[in-house]
Amino acid sequence: MANNRAPRTSSPPAPSAGPWGFLAERWELVTLGVLAIAPLVIPALGGALGGQVTNLFIYCILALALNVMVGYTGLVHLGIASFFGIGAYVLAILTVPMYPFQIGFLAAAVIAVLVTAGTGLALGAPTLRLRGDYLAIVTLGFGEVVKVTLRNLEQITGGMKGLNPVPPPGAGVTLAGIDLGKEFAIDPRWFYYLALLSLAGVVLAMRRLENSRLGRALVAVREDELAAQAMGISATKVKLSAFAMSSAVAGLAGCLYAASLSTTADPNAYDFNRSIMVLCAVILGGLGSIPGTLLGVAILVGFDTVLAPWADSWIQQMNINPKGLSYLSFSGWRLAIFGVALVLVMRYRPEGLIPSRRLAAELHEGGAGS
Amino acid sequence: MSFQFLLQQCLIGLTNGALIALVALGYTMVYGIIGLINFAHGDLIMLGACLALSLVGALGMTAAGPATTWVGIGGLVLICGLFCGLLNVAVDRIVYKPLRNAPKLAPLVSAIGVSFIFMNVGLFWLGPADKSFPELLPSTNLLHNDALQFTWKDLLVVLIVGPLMVALSVLVKGTKLGKAMRAVSQDPTAAALVGVDVDRVIAATFFIGGFLGGAASVIYGLYINTIGFQMGFQNGLYAFTAAVLGGIGSIPGAVLGGLVIGLVRALASAYVGERWTGAIVFAILIVILVFRPEGLLGRRVKEKV
Repeated sequence: MANNRAPRTSSPPAPSAGPWGFLAERWELVTLGVLAIAPLVIPALGGALGGQVTNLFIYCILALALNVMVGYTGLVHLGIASFFGIGAYVLAILTVPMYPFQIGFLAAAVIAVLVTAGTGLALGAPTLRLRGDYLAIVTLGFGEVVKVTLRNLEQITGGMKGLNPVPPPGAGVTLAGIDLGKEFAIDPRWFYYLALLSLAGVVLAMRRLENSRLGRALVAVREDELAAQAMGISATKVKLSAFAMSSAVAGLAGCLYAASLSTTADPNAYDFNRSIMVLCAVILGGLGSIPGTLLGVAILVGFDTVLAPWADSWIQQMNINPKGLSYLSFSGWRLAIFGVALVLVMRYRPEGLIPSRRLAAELHEGGAGS
Repeated sequence: MSFQFLLQQCLIGLTNGALIALVALGYTMVYGIIGLINFAHGDLIMLGACLALSLVGALGMTAAGPATTWVGIGGLVLICGLFCGLLNVAVDRIVYKPLRNAPKLAPLVSAIGVSFIFMNVGLFWLGPADKSFPELLPSTNLLHNDALQFTWKDLLVVLIVGPLMVALSVLVKGTKLGKAMRAVSQDPTAAALVGVDVDRVIAATFFIGGFLGGAASVIYGLYINTIGFQMGFQNGLYAFTAAVLGGIGSIPGAVLGGLVIGLVRALASAYVGERWTGAIVFAILIVILVFRPEGLLGRRVKEKV
């Protein structure tokens, strides 16, 4: 196995001189540090901005979940949002006052993650022998089935109204004289830190996964399933693990989402559009690359919440568009801009903005000849 | 009564199914020849429907007499077919052709990108709200039977889809181009070695798939009567499901798959409820794929090292 690895790419990055090189190699720690201090320095993070950044973290977790399937294992998954939704709904059912359970956030989140992992296994087990494109359509179909079911089982899921209010984490828990539930409800920075902590945990887990036996097996199955099996890797087990891990992490993101909004929102929040946007983020940033995935999400979410509103208000100020025509507003071009970006990335930089070292090697190593 | 109701639902299902089959052909032909799930196909049809709507408005077809209407519909099918076919070829030339040798994910993602671009064009063309397509055909019952309805609209679907299918099968089975298409879908390299111009054959396939889609878009407007910039996704999904169900890459499979999906949809919305239709269609798809992953009429492909 070891001999198979391309030596040129698997060699560790040369230790660069100076403090900057040191920092660049530990980008996670630097970013985490900056993000951890930010709310203490920037007061705006205690307001609506804090909620937006929390959302960004949650999408980062969701994208990392998808990355396990598409990036590491090479299984095209077009229904990741359904697992996001299942996580959100299970958490809501276990915590909203409408139901008798009302167990705390932590216990509910654990159960929700287990349920989504189980659902992932249930979807994965029968579909393992499907080839790539067929798997893509099955996951897409599964996503639609979940959305329709959530919408139609009104007695359980509240239909289009969704389930609310989802109580904040730590409701009723008093720790060192602080009523946690109240704090979560008042100050968005609590959610900010909860989401950041979860994201850091997921990034760490992914980093460990990449270098673990299982992570290498995932990549081996992506590269060549038959060859991997010939080397003694059980493709079934590996793919099922990918399904379970990806679904579980997506479920965790769903829990955070429902808790931070204090509602599950309506089932359309978990439709194909969301799945595809997350997929775009992963591909744009770089398949199988953790920093790439995070950057991809930051670009897409940043486009929607920062750039588009800013450009629209600028156009309004310049009075270019007095009649409110959609093609003269910036956000009217949203889909086209994403579309062109996807096409261009695939054409000129298929490995994404921050390529995974392993994948970049595959794409540029005489890819035309294969 | 209940038997007649069932018969009526089957009739609706088959008519809808014929329309789905027409779209499914576009997916299956492109997949058969270059192995690409053309995600943009549904949105291509949406653009075709936009053009049809604009033409109906510009030509003042709502006021025309019945004879002129039929000629006009024929013209619409031709123009929208050409438009969608040429657009499909152009997209292939610009977007997919440079990716022929790239990893499989690249063209798939590009197709999703093209679908976004089309959707945005449709948004500018139609506006965000759904538009209603004028009723050009009378909805009088052609059968002298109160319980069973078969209107001019249903007849129109059969009249357009039937000849197109026959023409397609003649083209694929009987002509030199058809032979070349089958050769390229089996082995592009070998086909090129015996003198087939692979690029031209691929372009022809995109054109034919697009043309059928353009025809489908006109029928869709006249039959369903509501179009919107997001219609491509939902309809493309059903059609793609049909193509996969029949065995993607197989032309008779796409037709069979389309009819089956149409029937399932009609029966499900009649007996279970409209709102569960989508879930039932995809649940059946998943079950069929699990037990017969190559689809109903597809060939089983042995994986090779």
